[in-house]
Amino acid sequence: MDLDTKPLVVNFGPHHPSTHGVFRMRVILDGEVVVDLEPIFGYLHRGIEKLAEGRTYTQNIPFTDRMEYRVSMVNNFAYVLAVEKLAGIEVTERVEYLRVMFAELMRISSHLTAVGFLMQEMGAMGTPLLYMYREREKLLDLTDMVCGQRLTHNYMRIGGLSHDIPPEFLPAAKRFVREMPGFIDEYDQLLKDNEIVLARTKGVGILPVDMAINNSCSGPMLRASGVPWDIRKADPYSVYDRFDFDIPIGTVGDVYDRYRVRIEEMRQSVRILEQVLDQIPPGEVCAKAPNLLRPPKGEAYAHIEAGTGELGYYLVSDGSIAPYRFRVRSPELLNLAVLREISIGWKVGDLVVILGSIDINLGEVDR
Amino acid sequence: MALTLQHLFRKNITTQYPEKRLQPSRRIRGQQFVWRVDLCTGCATCAKSCPHGIIQITTSKNGENRYIVDKIEFDTGRCMFCGLCVEACPFNALYMGRSYEQARYSHRLLWADKEILMAPQDEVSAYGHPELEERLPKQTLLVYGQFSQEMVATEND
Amino acid sequence: MGVWDYIVDLFVNVRTDWIEFLQGQGLASSLVVFLDGLIGITLILMFVFPTVIIFIWLERRFIGWIQLRPGPNRCGPFGLLQPVADAVKVLFKEIIHPTEGDKLILWIAPALVFFSALMLFAVIPIGEGSLGALSDLNIGILYIVAIGSLGVIALFMAGWGSNNKYALLGAMRAVAQLISYEVPMVLAIIGVVLIVGSLQMSEIVGKQTIPFILLQPLGFLIYFLGALAELNRSPLDQVEAESELTTGYFTEYSGMRFATFFLGEYINTLVVATIVTTVFLSGWKGPFLPVWLWFVAKVFAVFLLMLWMRATLVRVRVDQIMAFSWKFLIPLALINIFITAGEVLIWDEWMSGWESFPWPFIFVNWAVAAILILLWSKLFFKLGGGRVEVREIRDRYSQGYGVNPSAPVP
Repeated sequence: MDLDTKPLVVNFGPHHPSTHGVFRMRVILDGEVVVDLEPIFGYLHRGIEKLAEGRTYTQNIPFTDRMEYRVSMVNNFAYVLAVEKLAGIEVTERVEYLRVMFAELMRISSHLTAVGFLMQEMGAMGTPLLYMYREREKLLDLTDMVCGQRLTHNYMRIGGLSHDIPPEFLPAAKRFVREMPGFIDEYDQLLKDNEIVLARTKGVGILPVDMAINNSCSGPMLRASGVPWDIRKADPYSVYDRFDFDIPIGTVGDVYDRYRVRIEEMRQSVRILEQVLDQIPPGEVCAKAPNLLRPPKGEAYAHIEAGTGELGYYLVSDGSIAPYRFRVRSPELLNLAVLREISIGWKVGDLVVILGSIDINLGEVDR
Repeated sequence: MALTLQHLFRKNITTQYPEKRLQPSRRIRGQQFVWRVDLCTGCATCAKSCPHGIIQITTSKNGENRYIVDKIEFDTGRCMFCGLCVEACPFNALYMGRSYEQARYSHRLLWADKEILMAPQDEVSAYGHPELEERLPKQTLLVYGQFSQEMVATEND
Repeated sequence: MGVWDYIVDLFVNVRTDWIEFLQGQGLASSLVVFLDGLIGITLILMFVFPTVIIFIWLERRFIGWIQLRPGPNRCGPFGLLQPVADAVKVLFKEIIHPTEGDKLILWIAPALVFFSALMLFAVIPIGEGSLGALSDLNIGILYIVAIGSLGVIALFMAGWGSNNKYALLGAMRAVAQLISYEVPMVLAIIGVVLIVGSLQMSEIVGKQTIPFILLQPLGFLIYFLGALAELNRSPLDQVEAESELTTGYFTEYSGMRFATFFLGEYINTLVVATIVTTVFLSGWKGPFLPVWLWFVAKVFAVFLLMLWMRATLVRVRVDQIMAFSWKFLIPLALINIFITAGEVLIWDEWMSGWESFPWPFIFVNWAVAAILILLWSKLFFKLGGGRVEVREIRDRYSQGYGVNPSAPVP
C-alpha cells in the first residue's frame, strides 16, 4: 500500500540539546529517515581572523584561546609555531618538551570530551560523561597550576612560555599519567562491552576513505577510515620525532571506529607523556622575543595535530607589528563538511550520534 | 553495569561550593586587578599591551621628572583576563587578584577605578610575579584525591 | 487488637474500621459504598503522592551517587524537599500555548495521562484480604492492561496538539513503541495467569507461596523490559529522547501542565513497580514486617533497578527498539506461555496441587530462560538485529529531495 507522504523539514538547532553549541541543521525527514541535510553555521562567528589583523602578534595569543576553547593550549601552540616560523625564532629544548607535554595533555582532554558527549548523545544520562570529566578536572587543575586559568590558558608566548612550570607540577603530572591508563580501561569497560553501544555505533555513519581524503578530513575522522595520516609522524614539528608512539587507525570508518581511535589515541598520548616527563631538560623558558615583534615580510604556515585534526595557522606579514593576514585552517569545519554525505539514509537518532562522533566545537567552526 | 554499581559506593568527587572551597592555583588570574601606586611610573605599557584596549591611563607631570597617574581605569566587564598587561609592566606595579567572585548586577559596576585597584579585597596572585609564589597557599589538586589541602607529593611519587 | 497488629495491616484496617463505622450510623447502603470509595481514594492518594515525591528525590540522588556527586541536598534534610520546591517553582511559571496548537487537546492530554495512571491503583492490593485494594475486581489484570494503554492516546494528543515537529515525532514514536510493547507485556502476564488460574489481583498474590519471579523468570524479564518501554525510561526512552527530540511529545508544555505530565510519568513508574511487585514478587507477602512496609520495600527495589539501568545504559535506536519487541520479546513470550501451559498440565495431572514446593519447575524454568535468551539473541543478531541497510535508502533518495537554500522553509 502506498500512502501519500510528504517530507518533513525539521530545524535541528541552533538551540538543540545535542548540537554542541549553536549549530543548525536543516534536516529533511521521511518519517524517521534523514533524506537530506543542510548544515548551517556561523552563529558563533566573532570575526577573530579580522580582529587579529589589528593587533600585535603577542596580543593575538589570547584570541586563539577562544577558538577551540576546550583545548586552548593547542591553539596557542599552532599559532606560536607559525609566528616563530615567520620570524625565525628558535626556542630552547625545555620549551619544546613542555609544549609537547601540554599538547598531549590537551589531546587527552579533547578526546575525553568527545567520547563523553558521544555517549551523552546516545542517551547515557551523563554517567560516562561525568566519569570522563572527573579526569578532565584533574587535567584542568594542572593547567590552572601553570597558567592560572582552566580554560583560556594563554600560556605560550612567541619564543617561549609565559611562565616556567612550578616545582609541584611534575609530581602531579606523573601521578596523573600513571593513573590514566586505569581510567581509560574503565571507560572501555563501560562502553566497549555494552551491547547497545555496539548496536548503535557499528556500521553507522561510514566515511569511505576516498570521500574522507577528498573532503580533506583529518584527525580521528580520517584515521578511523584507515588512513594513517598524523602530522606528528608525517611532518614532525617540535620534538615529536624523538618519541615512540603508534598511530591507531580504524578499518571501517564508522562511529565505532572513530570512538576506538580516540580511546587508543588517549593511550598513545599517555605513552608519549611518560617519555616526555622523563626527559624534560632544564633550561630557560621565558621568551626573549620583543613584545612588539616585527617579523620580516613573508608568509608562514604551521600545522599541528590537534585533538580533532590538522590545525593550521597561516600568517602573512608586511613587516609591521600586526599580521597582514591571519588565517586558521580549522579541522572541525572541514570535518563537518562530510556530515551531509555520511548521515543521509540514517535515522534521526543516528544523526546526532554521527554529529557527536565528528566532535565539533562551534568556537572553532565559526571562529 | 557492574562498573556503575561499583561507583555507587565510591566517594563523591564534588565539593559543596559555597561552604567548602578548593584552593585555586597560586597563579590564578582572578577577576580583579591590583595596582601599586608607589611603583607605577605612568608609562602606560599595560594600556598598550591590552588586546582590547580597556585600560585608560591619564597622567600629568609633577615637575620632578616623574609622572602622576591621575586616572587609571580597567573596564573589567570587557576584560578577558589574559594577563598580558601584568606581564608587560616593567616595574611590577600591576598584579592579578585572587578573587574569582566578582559578578555584578550592572556592567557599570565592573569598571575598576583607582580606589578599587588600590584597595585589594584579596591577596594578589603570583601571575607574572614568581617571587610571590612561596607566600601563597598551596593549590588543591584533584589528582591527589578529593580533600587534600596539603600537597603530599614527592619527587619519586 | 494490639497496636502492632493494627499497624501490620494498616491500610486494610483503617478501611475496615471506616466501613464498620459507616454501617453503624445506619446510612443507606449506596451511600456507604460511596463513602467507602472516598476513603479508598484518599488512602491511595496518601500512598501515591509521598511515594512519587520520594521517587523523584531518589532518582536524582541515586543517579547522583552513581555519578560520584551528592545530588540535590540543599532543600530540607538530605534535599528531600527538592521536589516540593520544584513543584512550587513550576506552579508559578507561565503556561505557554503554541499559537497554532489545538488548545483543547493540549489541555486534556496531561489530565488524561495523570488520571489513567492514577486509576490503575484501584485494583492493586496493598494489604491482606479483599479490602486491600479499593475494588478487588475479578478481572484485575485485564483492567490494568486496558487502562494502562489509555495513556498512549494522551501522548499522541499532546504531540499532535502541540503543532511542533519534535513533539509530533515523539508522539509517533510513542504510539509505535507503546503498542508494540503492549503485546509482549500482556503475553508475559498470561504465564502468571495460567499458573494462578484467575485474573484477580488478590488471588494472584494469594497463590504466591514463592514469588513468581522464580517460576517465571522469562515472564518477569519480558514484562520488565516491556514496562520500561511503556514508561519511556532509559534504555528504551525513544519517545522523549532528549538528545534527539529535545523532550519529545511534551516539548511545548510548560508550567503546571508540564508538571502534570511529569507527575503522571512518575505515577506510571510507581504503577509498573507495584504491578511487578504484585505479580512477580509476591506483593505484600513477607515475614516479620508490616505488610505495607514489605510492599513499599519491594516497590522501591524494583524502582532502584530501573534507576540503575537508566544510569548505565545508552538509548536504543528507534528501529532496533521495534525489532527488539517483535523479533525478540514476542517469540520468547509465546514460548514462555507454551512451556508454562505444559507445566500447569503436568502439575495438575501428576503432582499434588499447591501443597508441595514446585522446585523442579524453578530449575527447569531458569535453565530454559537462560538457554532461550542466549540462543535467541544469537539468532536475533544473525537476522540483522534491527540494523537497517542504508544503501537502499541512499539509492532511493540520491536523486530525490534536494535542499534549495533559497527556498522558504515550509
